[in-house]
Amino acid sequence: MTIPRRLQWYLIGVVVVSVLMYVISLAGLGVPRLIETGLLAMTPLALAAIGECLNEQAGTVNVGMEGIFLITAVLGVYWAEVFDSGLYGLLLGSATGAVIGLVFGLICVYGKANQVIAGMGLNLLALGLGPYLLMSIWAFPGIHIFPRELMFQPMYFSMGDGYFSISPVTIAAIVLSVLAYLLLKRTLLGIRIRAAGENPIAVDVAGVSVGHIRLSMCIVGGALAGLGGAFMPLGWFGGVVKEISAGRGFIALAAVVFAGLEPLLALVAAFIFGFSEGLAYTVVVSPGVKEIVPFYFVQMAPYAVTLLVLTAAIGRKRLPRALGRPYVRE
Amino acid sequence: MSKRLGATVRPLVESGIAVLIGIVAGGFLMLAFGYDPIRAYTALLIGAFGSTAGILESLAFATPLMVTAVTFAVGVRAALFNIGAEGQMYLGAMGATIVGGAILLPAGLHLITATIFAMCLGALWALPAAILKIWRGVHEVVSTIMLNWMAFWFVTYLVRTYFGEPGRAERAIPALPTARYPIIGETLTAMILVVVAFCIAVTILLWRTGIGFELRLVGDNPQAAKYAGGSSRRAILVSFLVGGLAAGLAGASQILGRPPSWTLYATMGNVLNLGFEGIGVALIGRNHPVGGVFAAIFYGGLSHGGRFMEYHVGVASELVDAINGIIVIALAMPEIVAIIRRRRES
Repeated sequence: MTIPRRLQWYLIGVVVVSVLMYVISLAGLGVPRLIETGLLAMTPLALAAIGECLNEQAGTVNVGMEGIFLITAVLGVYWAEVFDSGLYGLLLGSATGAVIGLVFGLICVYGKANQVIAGMGLNLLALGLGPYLLMSIWAFPGIHIFPRELMFQPMYFSMGDGYFSISPVTIAAIVLSVLAYLLLKRTLLGIRIRAAGENPIAVDVAGVSVGHIRLSMCIVGGALAGLGGAFMPLGWFGGVVKEISAGRGFIALAAVVFAGLEPLLALVAAFIFGFSEGLAYTVVVSPGVKEIVPFYFVQMAPYAVTLLVLTAAIGRKRLPRALGRPYVRE
Repeated sequence: MSKRLGATVRPLVESGIAVLIGIVAGGFLMLAFGYDPIRAYTALLIGAFGSTAGILESLAFATPLMVTAVTFAVGVRAALFNIGAEGQMYLGAMGATIVGGAILLPAGLHLITATIFAMCLGALWALPAAILKIWRGVHEVVSTIMLNWMAFWFVTYLVRTYFGEPGRAERAIPALPTARYPIIGETLTAMILVVVAFCIAVTILLWRTGIGFELRLVGDNPQAAKYAGGSSRRAILVSFLVGGLAAGLAGASQILGRPPSWTLYATMGNVLNLGFEGIGVALIGRNHPVGGVFAAIFYGGLSHGGRFMEYHVGVASELVDAINGIIVIALAMPEIVAIIRRRRES
């Protein structure tokens, strides 16, 4: 039952994207550049969304990905400057995210916290901690541009008379979504993860700790969101500013909801949202278009698309039964 | 009697412990960057509440937070997680700027019209989230955040184009003198009275009217509400609309009731994050509009005092927002009092 529907979605996606590409090439915009930007915008969304899928499958909701994005974006740049390497920045940014995930998991699993409030608290913390770190580390409230050599370089492929670039992190995100899918559907651990979200008592009776499963998924979710957060400045923007996450943590959340916690669908959703953002950036700089459509409305596009896609797609999924509820042994 | 007292005291103790955790954690964040937390907090406290001027200014900072807290609190009462106060507040601020700055009206009427228009725009921006929730079940956490960002760019557009002050690109036209609330002292205006009255009105709505009862019943126990003939759709709609009115009022308070600028900056600098800070304030005030008033005064003190902390000790005042987040995380754990009590007994 579910497979044809999923195929349907993929087909619709492919058709929509192809039509868009055709229209765009007619309008004279560079399609390869557009896809590059779309893939860049997709990457943090996809990473966070895949992590959140695993997290929610195990029964913990983390609405604090926006906060993790912001904190790891700032600290990722900091680590990159300390160790003089973009790769270290990405890895340590991811490690920072894992630590945040661990603390969040401890609070939710053992502190039995209300997960939505705790996650929102994480976002609020980042709202202050991000600018505080910027001020304390670089003593400057605005955008911090780091040396260009610290950028994590993409891979270039020659393509006809041009080239196409893609970041290894983007490829990692795509591979990870497949791995997450296989983990959930084809392994014993995957069954345990899903059971921890669906029927934690059964997991407990089977002698497996619900707390450990949920906690480890919180760490994985945090690490992936952290990689995405560090990727934004180090693999994409080339600088960090306190508004760098710009609601992307919540767009990733929308991707998870859209995907019904399926990592592969989450990747598709992340691509749709990322692509709309890439399209917006392309439109902003396109002659002929930028004079007609105000820049401010183009900036709204990713959020409007997210809202529209979510409105169209919602209401047909079921979520794990124990999602968001702390497990208490009776 | 003692049970009733316990029911009143316990939430206060919980809030107190959470605030303490936030302040201690903030101290560690200062230590991490080599600042002296004792000196910083002393500067904050004296700056915020050490003088009449400080107290008035802290109350001025508290004013918008009292109503953005209502937005969140009235959502929680209907089991909604409405975090859209930020965007609704932008719209309210824009509405106040439009009527207050671009329309000529007699003195008293101008003030009232501008305030009401601002509140209505706030409610209007809350409406899509309510409709999507009722009609399609779109979760309000995602929809309100998307609407916040759309509001940000929409209002920036309006300030930068149609309502910009001629010759000063960075801000909108200021509210005319006929649309300004009288100043009480420092930057505190009579707006605070309107805001407190609004909080009391929402309290009456929630605890003394049928629709308020329905709203709280839907929040506490949707199943029971259904059997009792309550409509969860109506409760959701009312909750969002009241929240929107509150956020709109918060936006208006920064335009019509906050010298010296009396206007909106294109960067949103003078209203930014007030909606998000209201979430923490609402939770510290136990999601009660009147509790929120007192929590807002506490948080207003932190915001105002934070500037002294930055001036005297060099700690970036944004730390105050980080403390807010830590307090919210601490409040998310209902067990926190129980854990501490158990530790003390053993």
